[in-house]
Amino acid sequence: MRKKVMLRELCCANCAAKIEDKVSSMDGVNSCAVNFMTEKMLLDVDEAAWEGLKPQILAAVRYVEPDTVVEFI
Amino acid sequence: MTEKEKHAILLTALSGVLLLAALSMQLAGVSRALCVVMYLAAFAVGGFTVVRSAVKGFAQKNFFTEDTLMLAAAVGAFLIGEYPEAVFVIVFYRVGTHFEHYAVNRSRRSIKAVTEICPETARLVTEKGVEETDPDFVEVGDLIRVLPGDRVPLDGVVAEGSSTLDTSALTGESMPRPIAPGQEILSGCVNGDGALTVRVTKRFEDSTASRILELVESSYARKSRSERFITKFAKYYTPAVMGLALILAVIPPLVIRDAKWSDYIYRALSFLVVSCPCALVISVPLAFFGGMGGAAKKGILIKGGTYMEALADVRRAVFDKTGTLTEGVFAVTRVEPAADATAEQVLQYAAYAESASDHPIARSIREAYGKPVRQALVGEAVEAPGMGLIVFVHDQRVAVGNEKLMQRENVAYTPAPGGTVVYVAVDGAYLGALRISDRPKAGAKALIDGLRAQKIRTAILSGDTESAAAFAGEQLGVDDVYGGLLPADKVAKLEMLMEDGAGSVMYVGDGINDAPVLARADVGVAMGAFGSDAAVEAADVVIMTDEPEKALDAIRLSKRTMTIAKENIVLSIAVKLIILALCAFGVTGMSVAVFGDVGVMVLAVLNSFRALYIGKKEKENEKKDG
Repeated sequence: MRKKVMLRELCCANCAAKIEDKVSSMDGVNSCAVNFMTEKMLLDVDEAAWEGLKPQILAAVRYVEPDTVVEFI
Repeated sequence: MTEKEKHAILLTALSGVLLLAALSMQLAGVSRALCVVMYLAAFAVGGFTVVRSAVKGFAQKNFFTEDTLMLAAAVGAFLIGEYPEAVFVIVFYRVGTHFEHYAVNRSRRSIKAVTEICPETARLVTEKGVEETDPDFVEVGDLIRVLPGDRVPLDGVVAEGSSTLDTSALTGESMPRPIAPGQEILSGCVNGDGALTVRVTKRFEDSTASRILELVESSYARKSRSERFITKFAKYYTPAVMGLALILAVIPPLVIRDAKWSDYIYRALSFLVVSCPCALVISVPLAFFGGMGGAAKKGILIKGGTYMEALADVRRAVFDKTGTLTEGVFAVTRVEPAADATAEQVLQYAAYAESASDHPIARSIREAYGKPVRQALVGEAVEAPGMGLIVFVHDQRVAVGNEKLMQRENVAYTPAPGGTVVYVAVDGAYLGALRISDRPKAGAKALIDGLRAQKIRTAILSGDTESAAAFAGEQLGVDDVYGGLLPADKVAKLEMLMEDGAGSVMYVGDGINDAPVLARADVGVAMGAFGSDAAVEAADVVIMTDEPEKALDAIRLSKRTMTIAKENIVLSIAVKLIILALCAFGVTGMSVAVFGDVGVMVLAVLNSFRALYIGKKEKENEKKDG
């Protein structure tokens, strides 16, 4: 299942790469790409795992870049 | 600019002023203690937000952020008594960050301008009148209003009103297109000066604009080799530089006589400043993203950096014939009269003889003749199956058909090889031959010539007969021609062409019956086929309009983008390494090291910006040349 997450005020390219790395290695995530320019994270996840993944993704972003605002859409 | 940013810039300026004040105090010979207080004040003003971010990082147990590195360098410099340098680092870092934000925001905006072709609202016609709603809530069959200047939110058919459409967001074509009731209208177009009512035929998510956006956005996930290289490099870069910094701080003072600890610690701290990998990480993907944005603006959708890489490296360009290089419309391309006849006579007899036929070839002959046929002169027609026709025209026995018909009629004809040839004989005497072929598309010849100029070998794979394919190939100057291929043969032929050398193979087709070939090629390009889901699915590159030259544009653009990406790689790595070397030998200090961090990042962002405007520049050059 494809999902989109907005990462507003993402302001460091390396942080984007780190977030991508962290989220990609989570269970239930088949693929993850963070686009620094559009401030979007594109995910391919297992549907059943999605709700459980949300807080993990939030924590990963908080860890790398505390000022980024995460919006699940 | 937001309030927050304004506030930050003000702090930077204030910190800079305090730094200058401290420097002049020092020069004027004011007491050391007072100077230090002044430096501390400048540091506090500028460093406050850096400290806050670093603390936030610490709270998350994340110790190696850009902020902590800068802070470590500045605090270290303070401790060894390099007060001006300590403040310099902070001020320069802040100034650099402002530039960085500015550059990133500008590129973000221009990319948005290219990709944001989905409007956020639709004007739904309801019983109560027109109401604005989310396009997601509009169902197939609903009516929507599209006012002058609106962007069309959903695909549909015009029910009422007429106007002109600006389709440039979809096709890169700036000529407005007229639209009237009954015609199909695609989302993403901008309405001209007439109000329209549109009956929606596709849901928002299936509409053209949404699908293009989806394509452009998801293209980011298909990373190129160079993108993967730089990400990997960045991963090793930071720890490596930090390790070197540690060695630099400890080893030389122990080994070299007279070496001062503070001196080498200072050099090591400069290393920390350069160790941030942001400029590296952004350099390549940004160039690709800019390039794909620029391509989208010209109506070329590229599905990922990896395909740009392949496009830049194309060694063979393979084309489908009908519908791609040729129009798929028959036309008389050559008339070869016998010694004692004229071209006009050949055309006239052929047109009269074929006057009753509805075959595309017959139509093309009548079209070439261009004058009305006087039906009264045309008598009885007898069909010779698989050969042609025998028709009495003005009481003369006219035979029109292929070689077999000429042989049966015992006509002494002159064989004309290649393509589809229609022979004409009157009362058993040979009059001449007409060569009928498919017309090359406008721009097809320019495309083949342009490819040759780029040293790319061209080929045609066609389901049409070998002679027809050969003729088209000859007309356009294509290097290799393979005709009479079934769809499965095409894949086999393509695989054969892919085997004989380095470089990638591009296949361009309309995607109607060659989806497997599109998918098999290193780069599959579907042309003028946004309506065909299968083609868009199978292709790596989608050309929105029916213009063959765009395949060449895609190659040129990719080459330029690759150059920019490589420039960025070399620039960011080289500048960082040079600065590291200079710092290691104590030639330059921390202030230059800051440039190695944020300065390089800004340069990379600005350089990538060029990729977005490649098309524009080329057009200007063309104008100059012309």
